[in-house]
Amino acid sequence: MLAYTARRILSLFPVLIGMTLVVFAIIHAIPGNPAQMILGQRATKEAIAEVTRQLGLDKPWYIQYFDYVNSLLHGDLGTSLRTRGPINEEIWPFLAATMELTIAAMLIAVIIGVNAGIISAWFSKSWFDYTAMVLALIGVSMPIFWLGLMEQWAFSIELGWLPTTGREDVRNPVSAITNLYLIDTLLQGRFDQFGTVLQHIVMPSLALATIPMAIIARMTRAAMLEVMKSDYIRTARAKGLGMFWVVYKHSLKNAVIPVLTVIGLQAGLLLGGAILTETIFGWPGIGRYLYDAIAYRDYPVIQSGILVIAAIFVLINLIVDLLYVFIDPRIKYTN
Amino acid sequence: MAELVKNPAEMTAPPLDENSVSPWREAWKSFYKNRMALAGLVIVVIFILLALIAPVLAPYSFKEQVLTERMQAPSGKHWFGTDDFGRDIFSRVIYGARISLWVGFFSVLGSVIVGTMLGIIAGYYGRWVDGFISRIFDIMLAFPSILLAIAVVAILGPSLRNALIAIAVVNIPNFGRLVRSKVLSVKQEEYIMAARAIGMKDSRILLRHILPNSISPVIVQATLAIATAIIEAAALGFLGMGAQAPTPEWGKMLSDSKNYLVQAPWTLFFPGIAIMLTVLGFNLMGDGLRDVLDPKMKQ
Amino acid sequence: MKKKSFKMLLIALLAISMFLAGCSGKSSETSGEKDSGSDSGSKKDTLVYGRGGDSTSLDPITTTEGEAFKVTENIFETLVSYGDQDTTIHPGLAEKWDVSEDGLTYTFHLRQGVKFHDGTDFNAAAVVFNFERWMNGDEEKFPYYTMFGGYKNDEGHVISEVKAVDEYTVQFVLKRPQAPFLKNLAMSPFGIASPAAVEKYGDDFRSNPVGTGPFKFVEWKQNDTITLEKNADYWQEGLPKLNKVIFRVIPENTARLNALVNGEIDIMDGLNNSDEDTVLANDQLQVIERPSMNVGYIGMTTTRKPFDNKLVRQAMNYAIDKKAIIDAFYGGKAEPAVNPMPPSIEGYNDAIKDYPYDLEKAKELLKEAGYEKGFEIDLWAMPVARPYMPEAQKVAEVIQDSLSKIGVKAKIQSVEWATYLDKAAKGEFDMFMLGWTGDNGDPDNFLYTLLDKDSIGSNNYSYYSNDELHDILIEAQTETEQAKRNELYKKAQEIIKEDAPWVPLVHSTPLLAASKDVANYLPHPTGSEAVTNVEFK
Repeated sequence: MLAYTARRILSLFPVLIGMTLVVFAIIHAIPGNPAQMILGQRATKEAIAEVTRQLGLDKPWYIQYFDYVNSLLHGDLGTSLRTRGPINEEIWPFLAATMELTIAAMLIAVIIGVNAGIISAWFSKSWFDYTAMVLALIGVSMPIFWLGLMEQWAFSIELGWLPTTGREDVRNPVSAITNLYLIDTLLQGRFDQFGTVLQHIVMPSLALATIPMAIIARMTRAAMLEVMKSDYIRTARAKGLGMFWVVYKHSLKNAVIPVLTVIGLQAGLLLGGAILTETIFGWPGIGRYLYDAIAYRDYPVIQSGILVIAAIFVLINLIVDLLYVFIDPRIKYTN
Repeated sequence: MAELVKNPAEMTAPPLDENSVSPWREAWKSFYKNRMALAGLVIVVIFILLALIAPVLAPYSFKEQVLTERMQAPSGKHWFGTDDFGRDIFSRVIYGARISLWVGFFSVLGSVIVGTMLGIIAGYYGRWVDGFISRIFDIMLAFPSILLAIAVVAILGPSLRNALIAIAVVNIPNFGRLVRSKVLSVKQEEYIMAARAIGMKDSRILLRHILPNSISPVIVQATLAIATAIIEAAALGFLGMGAQAPTPEWGKMLSDSKNYLVQAPWTLFFPGIAIMLTVLGFNLMGDGLRDVLDPKMKQ
Repeated sequence: MKKKSFKMLLIALLAISMFLAGCSGKSSETSGEKDSGSDSGSKKDTLVYGRGGDSTSLDPITTTEGEAFKVTENIFETLVSYGDQDTTIHPGLAEKWDVSEDGLTYTFHLRQGVKFHDGTDFNAAAVVFNFERWMNGDEEKFPYYTMFGGYKNDEGHVISEVKAVDEYTVQFVLKRPQAPFLKNLAMSPFGIASPAAVEKYGDDFRSNPVGTGPFKFVEWKQNDTITLEKNADYWQEGLPKLNKVIFRVIPENTARLNALVNGEIDIMDGLNNSDEDTVLANDQLQVIERPSMNVGYIGMTTTRKPFDNKLVRQAMNYAIDKKAIIDAFYGGKAEPAVNPMPPSIEGYNDAIKDYPYDLEKAKELLKEAGYEKGFEIDLWAMPVARPYMPEAQKVAEVIQDSLSKIGVKAKIQSVEWATYLDKAAKGEFDMFMLGWTGDNGDPDNFLYTLLDKDSIGSNNYSYYSNDELHDILIEAQTETEQAKRNELYKKAQEIIKEDAPWVPLVHSTPLLAASKDVANYLPHPTGSEAVTNVEFK
């Protein structure tokens, strides 16, 4: 297993190098001139030429790539063209906002998905099972940006229950410690703020959670159905032991594998979905940071943003893969 | 990634039989029994029909603007209401089916062709070729797909065709990996070894023995991929990176109307429902096909 | 009836999914914002301003983006300032000034006892420091050159010297007269910064701004909020009235309006014209109009076929129904544009008649030009909402539809904003939509900047070049007598109308929406203003 872990980590290096190449290639293939972006609508030709030179954009590509990797190795993500701020510092609050949103979404997805899956399996072919599975199917097919808009329409516009956008009540701002506001407010004992932050996160996290929730519910149900065929469980059921006892105490660990798989597979979807969700809900996260950067051709930010997201994604997958082996050593790895 | 030990009974089954008529009829029978899958098929067929007869069915042109009849609520005259150009939303949603199905089908076709080719090459030739192609797949899969699609569109410029290309590109590794693993497992079978031993040409082995074996999982995967592709195309359209005006693409329609959430919410209901239904149809169908064609993949 | 039940069904469906989600938010049912503040007895003194984009910098000289100035106008002040809602010149940090007979020497007498937010004194040395900083910059650092003809060592630089005569007197010596000199000085980028803070923060000054304005900078959460608080030592007694101002980014116009309706923000800009009725129908809200000083237009690149032909360009002018566009996408709240500059600006020629909407005439002209069968072009539409064109993509669709009626097939294209400008500047578009918001209310800032042959490669995107026009515009720049300048500009507008490098489309009235209790909010035509006098009723 140690060998597998080592091999798995080693195999990351070519991927990481490849990623920097891809990101670098993307940046250079995107048409547009950063100099024009810096100078804005009132730019003159001479000014643009001058700035292009200052940015080193007139150098050959391999030198630019080398410079880029070199600064990456020094932990330097570069400087935003738009704000002139160091990306290392700028990116953190955005990343934290996205982490908070995706973790909240994942928690909703896991808690509801696993439970719905278990209940469906236990009462297999009941109305609950059918309803839950139809809902799950609809959930998987949901365009989440549309769901987000519909949520806003229903809960903010028609019913007025929840705030439409943002992370906090700006009149009563959270003072950031970790930038995960739910945690920050608790650390400071500001329960009033915790409440408003919670209100803000409900709709976007729910929209983001929909698809993984549906998938987890279906996978858990399938896994549980398998488990329930085992003699051990059948005996327990025959003895009249309740669902709580059988499932939650003795076979829940079987749900871990499907959930893990989904977390691994969905991490990318969540991070990608964050771009849409964050745009709709005005969530100041990395997805929107990146989307704005693309819109403004803020090349260093596009570069670093994509790289950071991809790196997180790779990392999550690594952890998931390692956890598999840890939890279920019977799985045979051929790849 | 994890491959369970194979069923030994299957190893000896000669692959050619799988291709003959009766198993397909068997498959159709069990597909027919699967009510969910059938529902999916019905939905998909309805949307295909809508797309085909759109010009006959649509009461209005999808692009004719009547600026005096903007944002009218659903009524007998305009079943789904009108949008901010006074265009009939019902007609636009119907025409939209053409676009979404077209993008869904052809982008997936593109990924299937390229992905299968790369997968076969990687799986069959192994060694550094495999290493190289697999690393490329790893790298591509290291990016969230919508992000990669956005990047591709940013390079090519926003248009429906480029969105289609972008979606096709990001889905290639899924098919590549699938086919590669299939090839790897088939390659070890005795009859392939035998064929090689008697000097059969690579291309012939690939075409006659290996490719047919990979077809059913690819069909399943492709059906599900169409669902994803439709959502991705809509997402790109929504971000302004897909279809351009006046194309009645559903995601683009949502994006155009999102400013009217308060005044004219119906401009947002119907395109969204259309996306959801089509995607649902393909998902149901894909699930059903999987149960039938590729029971091993069943969860 | 039907619609209602359908709505309820949808809501119910969503509510079920919400319920399934455990609806964790319910625990704190307060949903506070709506009733907080006004009910609590104490007067509201925090203004939350919702806007579409974040600032790129808080050092105004480093940017040309309007979003930045909305904030910096509150932190910094200029030597002279504009009127509350026009571009007339009033005392600012300079109490009064003298101009020499030849128009080459300006002497400013500065206000005494003014302090920067960091406690240092505002004086002549500070003014000189700021100008030295800007004049010695370069294009990448400061877009300063666009108003004063370059940097210190450049040939075209207007200012020859800025010197402190005594502690509270500053003298500017110019190389040649510049008619809009004072108007330029009043522009937001030329806010006077604290020299001590500039030296202390270096490049970080852009996120640690220190000026003399009514509000002090507190915090910037990027892409989210910028918080300012009252400058207790502000030189104007009793001002500002607010204690705190928070600028909050909400990208979507509708989401911003929803936030306003919910009471999450107090005022917003970028209200869709189509949402005006929604706001007016709500007795908690009000609409505030920003005086118009802009033009939105359709440019035709005169170096590209078929727009190298004047007749074709005129035909386009006949083919576009401005009124229908205004009714549909400006809620009727815009003036059809006849000339490249708005009527509120001095020197506007109101004798010029617009080309009427006349498809037959347009076809005739096309026939005369040899394009009887029409042609195909790309029509480029802006990817972003601008004050002069909040919904460019949609206006483009209407134009596409109109042009199809005279046999011109237009394909709508778009690309992200910076590239859009880049391509436009390179003359790569056939036909494109663009616009301009005046910087300083001078005709030169429209006609010379947008249509003179000197501006080709920068803001003359249609590559329009006319030598007669050029001579007139140059003469008007150095002419200091206003009446003579006006005559020159009127003549210039006639030439432009005949040559028709554009289809001038609209002069829009940008709308803001605010909660009813917001008082004394006076939007400025340049697009940014300080909220010094704003208070809650």
